[in-house]
Amino acid sequence: MQSLDFLPLYDQGILVLAALVLFTSFALLGQTRMFGLITVFAWQGGLLAATTALVAYSTGQRHLYVSAALTLGLKALFIPWMLKRFVIRLGIRHEVEVLGRHALVLIAGAALVVFSYYVALPIVRLSALVTRNAIAVSLAIVLLSMLLMITRRQALSQVVGFMAIENGLFFAAVVSTFGMPMVVELGIAFDVLVAAVLFGVFFFQLRDTIDSLDVDRLSRLTENVD
Amino acid sequence: MNALNLTLVLPAAGAVALGVVGDRPFAALVNVAVSAATLVASVALALGVLETGPATSPGRLLYIDAFNVYLVLLTAFVGLTTAIFSRPYMAHERERGRVGPRTMRLYHSMYQGFLFTMLLALTSNNLGVLWVALEAATLATVLLVSLYRTPEAVEAAWKYFILCGVGIAQALFGTVLLYFAQERLVGIAPSSALLWQEMYAAAGYLDPTVLVLAFAFLLIGYGTKVGLVPLHNWLPDAHSEGPTPMSAVLSGLLLNVALYAVVRVKMIVDGSLAAHSDQYNPQLAGHLLMGFGLLSFSVASLFLHRQHDVKRLFSYSSIEHMGLMTFAFGVGGPLATFGALLHMTVHSLTKSAIFVTVGHAAQIAGTQTMDHIRGLIRTQPSVGWGLLIATAAIAGFPPFGVFTSEFLLLTATMQSWPWLTVPLLIGLGVAFAGLFRHLQPMVYGEPTENMSAVRVNMTPVAVHLALVLWLGLAIPAFLAGWFDTATRLITGSGLL
Repeated sequence: MQSLDFLPLYDQGILVLAALVLFTSFALLGQTRMFGLITVFAWQGGLLAATTALVAYSTGQRHLYVSAALTLGLKALFIPWMLKRFVIRLGIRHEVEVLGRHALVLIAGAALVVFSYYVALPIVRLSALVTRNAIAVSLAIVLLSMLLMITRRQALSQVVGFMAIENGLFFAAVVSTFGMPMVVELGIAFDVLVAAVLFGVFFFQLRDTIDSLDVDRLSRLTENVD
Repeated sequence: MNALNLTLVLPAAGAVALGVVGDRPFAALVNVAVSAATLVASVALALGVLETGPATSPGRLLYIDAFNVYLVLLTAFVGLTTAIFSRPYMAHERERGRVGPRTMRLYHSMYQGFLFTMLLALTSNNLGVLWVALEAATLATVLLVSLYRTPEAVEAAWKYFILCGVGIAQALFGTVLLYFAQERLVGIAPSSALLWQEMYAAAGYLDPTVLVLAFAFLLIGYGTKVGLVPLHNWLPDAHSEGPTPMSAVLSGLLLNVALYAVVRVKMIVDGSLAAHSDQYNPQLAGHLLMGFGLLSFSVASLFLHRQHDVKRLFSYSSIEHMGLMTFAFGVGGPLATFGALLHMTVHSLTKSAIFVTVGHAAQIAGTQTMDHIRGLIRTQPSVGWGLLIATAAIAGFPPFGVFTSEFLLLTATMQSWPWLTVPLLIGLGVAFAGLFRHLQPMVYGEPTENMSAVRVNMTPVAVHLALVLWLGLAIPAFLAGWFDTATRLITGSGLL
């Protein structure tokens, strides 16, 4: 194992940011207030933008600056702002989600991180320390976000989990492959934007039809109708 | 390659135009016209590929060969016939007050939007754009699933959105890993690194460890859209709660395109594994497909028996057939692949015909519950006969194309995995029984008083079934040659 002191400054920076992004994922898991959840999500977006900018600076790839700006605008500012507006309009600002087995969820989260490193193990011999960490961390973010979606009942929390999955994937793309081709990144950004707007439409459709945003109430369509 | 651009531009422009047209009476006609124009463009495209072979667009963003061009043609064709069907169907829904002017605008615009994403996914050379297009397909259709705004419809749409969204996110991770493997080979980011053509050419040099991991993620991701068990939960809900034309295109087109994506990726992974056969089983990707395919096929054919909703019944039948195709692509080899390509075509044609008929049947009975659909053949003979013949075709009765492709598949399985023909035959029998126990009373039973004839347009059904019959009796030489070229692309050797 290399000592961290011998790593170039760039690698150290990426590792710090990776750790911070992973931390925000845990913060999402623990946060039960709607506004708090969205704020943490915004911070995660901001950290991603910072990571992208750092990679852009060190590899000198211009198009990554565009991508960093896009991430900052979309994931750190616009989508959180929009989600907060939904929260206000839906009147769930002060709602606190009741989480069963809070500690267990966090321990499961830690286990998922270990598992991600285990899955990324075969890639170890292929690549530098930074890339290896990046793939493991982004896989962990994806899995932690899924855990978030599983443990929550509030539709809005599920959407935050959904968007956080996208963040994890984006992190993998930026750090391990220095971003995707521009046309793909623009396409993904467009999809994320449209998805965020559509989720907004769905919040209101859910409220109008089942009178709540509790997705546990979505249980009409099952196979056990006999 | 003007035809190629035109094939993509027409539906995209159509989506915008229909958004502008809104709920005018001629909106449905515009929808049909745009679909027809797209079909003409795709025929021109297909003729071009047939004459001159594979082609790439100037920016190399689009790529077309024998494998995807026939799916483009199929997509445009089913798009047109479903648009023709949707005209009287949606007019009837409008009269019943289930949809309003705003939803009609959304419906028509997104119908073309969906066709655009399908065609883009098929023709894209860039695996990232392929992903973007498939995600966009979810986004285009999710509001259509909840079009009726009933609690069930909203629930189905939410499930569809979340499950397909999360599922397909896995495919993006797989795509990133593919890009990672390619970049290790060619160095930092020439933007051509994610092109399928490039990867396919370099497949032998790509690192198999990364590719196996990537394939696992891509299979889960796109497999969710194919409707592979255990990732299929969204499918029956989305099919049963949305408007019927949507069910027809989801079943006939979306599932095919998702499977197409899996096969494209498998071609790259196979290339890499074959070059590193000392470390990995070169059949690994195929075995994964076989496992998932067989599981989906068996589970879905059992579930056919438990259904009460006619559209759910046939969506489980779609899962069953997609499982069969996945299995066939997994078996590999020219015979099975040829069968799978043929099965994609005939299933798509037959299943969309079935959904069209079922849509009419549900309007006749005023409900989708099978217990209340009785005696179609006496209430409205054209619908009754349509349903009977189409179901016979999908169950694999001899003169129809589905029989031919299933027979090819069984023969191929007998060659390479003789024991697996047993579960296949049992599954086919179980599925057959599952379909006909429900079909019998719906078609021949005593009509109840709630049954009343409606205005129908059975031309699309007749055309589809005639084509399926034709493919079953004699596959035209040019089409067989076409399938054979595609088989050669996928497996390396042809059948004919």
